[in-house]
Amino acid sequence: MIKELLNQDTAPHATNVLVGKLGDILIRAVGKPFDMAINWGRIYSLWPVHLETACCSVEFGAASSPRYDVERFGIIEAFGSLRQCDLIVVMGTITRKMAPRLRMVYDQMPDPKYVIAMGACAITGGLYFDSYNVLPGIDGILPVDVYVPGCPPRPETLIQGAMLLQEKIKRTKAK
Amino acid sequence: MSSGTEKDIEVKDTTEEHSDNSENTAKSDSMSKGEAKKFYEEKGLDLSPDVPVKPKPVPIFEKSLADKISSKFGDKIRVDYVRADRIRVTTKREDIVDVAKFIRDELKYDHAESVSGVDYPDSSEIEVIYHLGSYTDEKLGRQIFALATRVPREDIPNPGSDTTRTPSLRDVFYSVEFHERECFEMFGVYFEGHPDMRRLLLPEDWADIPPFRKDFKIKGR
Amino acid sequence: MTTQLPPGMHLETVDDKIMTLNVGPQHPGSGHMRLIIKVDGDYIVSCDPDPGYVHRGEEKMAEYRNYIQNIPHLERPVIHDSSNILYPYCLGVEELLGIEVPERAKYIRVIAAELNRCIYILYWLAIYGIFLGHSTMFMWPAGDRELFIDLLEAMSGARVTHAYLVPGGVRNDLPSNFEERCLRQVEYFEKRLKEYEAIFYQNPLLKARTEGSGILSRTDAIRLGTTGSVLRASGVDFDVRKKEPYDVYENLDFQTIVMKEGDSYARSRVPYLEMFESCRIIRDALKKMPKSGSVRTKLKPNPKGGNDEVYRRVESGRGAIGYYIVSNNRPEPYRVKISVGSFRNLICMPYLLKGEKLGNMPAVYWGLNYWPVEADR
Repeated sequence: MIKELLNQDTAPHATNVLVGKLGDILIRAVGKPFDMAINWGRIYSLWPVHLETACCSVEFGAASSPRYDVERFGIIEAFGSLRQCDLIVVMGTITRKMAPRLRMVYDQMPDPKYVIAMGACAITGGLYFDSYNVLPGIDGILPVDVYVPGCPPRPETLIQGAMLLQEKIKRTKAK
Repeated sequence: MSSGTEKDIEVKDTTEEHSDNSENTAKSDSMSKGEAKKFYEEKGLDLSPDVPVKPKPVPIFEKSLADKISSKFGDKIRVDYVRADRIRVTTKREDIVDVAKFIRDELKYDHAESVSGVDYPDSSEIEVIYHLGSYTDEKLGRQIFALATRVPREDIPNPGSDTTRTPSLRDVFYSVEFHERECFEMFGVYFEGHPDMRRLLLPEDWADIPPFRKDFKIKGR
Repeated sequence: MTTQLPPGMHLETVDDKIMTLNVGPQHPGSGHMRLIIKVDGDYIVSCDPDPGYVHRGEEKMAEYRNYIQNIPHLERPVIHDSSNILYPYCLGVEELLGIEVPERAKYIRVIAAELNRCIYILYWLAIYGIFLGHSTMFMWPAGDRELFIDLLEAMSGARVTHAYLVPGGVRNDLPSNFEERCLRQVEYFEKRLKEYEAIFYQNPLLKARTEGSGILSRTDAIRLGTTGSVLRASGVDFDVRKKEPYDVYENLDFQTIVMKEGDSYARSRVPYLEMFESCRIIRDALKKMPKSGSVRTKLKPNPKGGNDEVYRRVESGRGAIGYYIVSNNRPEPYRVKISVGSFRNLICMPYLLKGEKLGNMPAVYWGLNYWPVEADR
């Protein structure tokens, strides 16, 4: 194939194609272990944003308490600026007043960023399905990676959700 | 469970019939009375009527408070009920500031626990109720004084600039400040003289009618 | 440069000295609310609280559900104090429907309410610790809280949202060896509480930050209509459990905690001392409780209230909670108004933060025992 390309007279075009092809081959050969290394770095230091939106934040707090200790799975307690965060755990109901703020917080986070929808309210509106001020789930405004059901989810469920997210990150391409 | 004697059940049946006839014919049961009775007995359910009528004695202390206020204001107020620890008085909105000042100065109630609105679209009125309590007076610790007034209600509300308004009690009871703001956004009742009549809980871009009015229906209902 | 901001958000211009800060809703020291704070250097000039980020319309939804269906969603505003927020609702509905509660159920309710009060205060204390940068004080109460949660989980089956109190009593009887477990837990917990005293309340750094900050005088506490620990820290002896005893509180042995100082330190200490009283109540209630008997008066399906109204209140972890229920011969209530302690204490915030240092804001704010979800309902 390379010989064919070189023999043709349309030289500049052919060189471009050649470089492109070689690049693809290079990424395929080197990229996969490279991806793995980057993802391995990411999955054990997920920093959640400190954005409490409703009552599920109580169980999020309990998840970092000594009994559950979510930190041993690489989810760090929610402290620090959102500019350093790569995970947003939407803890429960999103009201119409909170929705633009939630989107604003998400937009300010650096890439790559992941979203966990925690609790029935964040998934479908839950108990507040017929309330006038509650969004029916957050997937209309954010791309959700993992849904954690429950009202509120037990800390174990949240930890499982976080581990599912880690599994998901492992299998994705590093951006 | 007290499934009761035959006599109890008889009494209950007649009351059921009355309430059924008066308001809810759709509920007229497919079960006969005997079947219904058996059904209730099997489930072990109480067969007493929904609200047993118990005559309660009028408490003396509460009565004296109510007498005090009605002797002062005469027919400007109406004492709705006097129960154990609870008094409720309705007044016109023009007089509410005077009545509230009297309650604060003479009866020694010193703070408001809540300000609620209740919408009555049938009589085209909104009721505003102040639940007042006292910290300073030892005897009034148990008491709650409900001071109510009614304001006209408009079918197409325009909060802040229509006739749905009443004098604010913020100068009398300082603690009503946030409660009145909430009542304003939820019912559209404008409190005249309140220094800060802004929106509190609802989103800034809320453009619908005040949500706690009865003609505001929630999704799917 | 003009930026298109969502409605309600604004970039405020700055004059030379005064700067406006939006503290929240995404801020480690705010919770689910926004405080619009104006600062002059390091000192707060004015504070305008902006709640409503969790306003879910509980009161409106309650008008569309019958008296039993209302139970689960009415406890959601404070899921870590769910027995106490359901308590006045149950009392009110019982009064409306004319239901008598069995004696044993009354004691079980009191025990559940006091266990839940401990759960609430421990969570509050954990967050208070982390707000002040005291990580140990997050770990200890958060760990001890789990033991109380275990007890309530054994009673009701759910971790935080118990829905254990129902009109007519409690949902189910106590588990078999509950009394023994509960006593053991209370005994252990009282020992732990003394350790909290040593590590947190005698900490010179905590004292330096909170003593003398955000002082609320007795007159102002009454005038502003505050409630709960804020009121009692300012020297007003008012506790609904004492003043208007509901269920069996008048038979039980406990006292009201009152402190005179009215500063942040006193406000942080009153709930802590109340946990000792809660332990006393639990122990006393376990002793006086009838050992057997019914725990629930069964209701008719879909009961109707009369043409009546009722106002009942209880003392929760954050102050008095009052329910105003209006019924009009329907299975659903006509209007439910929840008057909660957090909302009533909100009025203190602009008042207390004025003149305070910005760094002290979290100490004053969380000392008010404020839970935004409950305040917004």
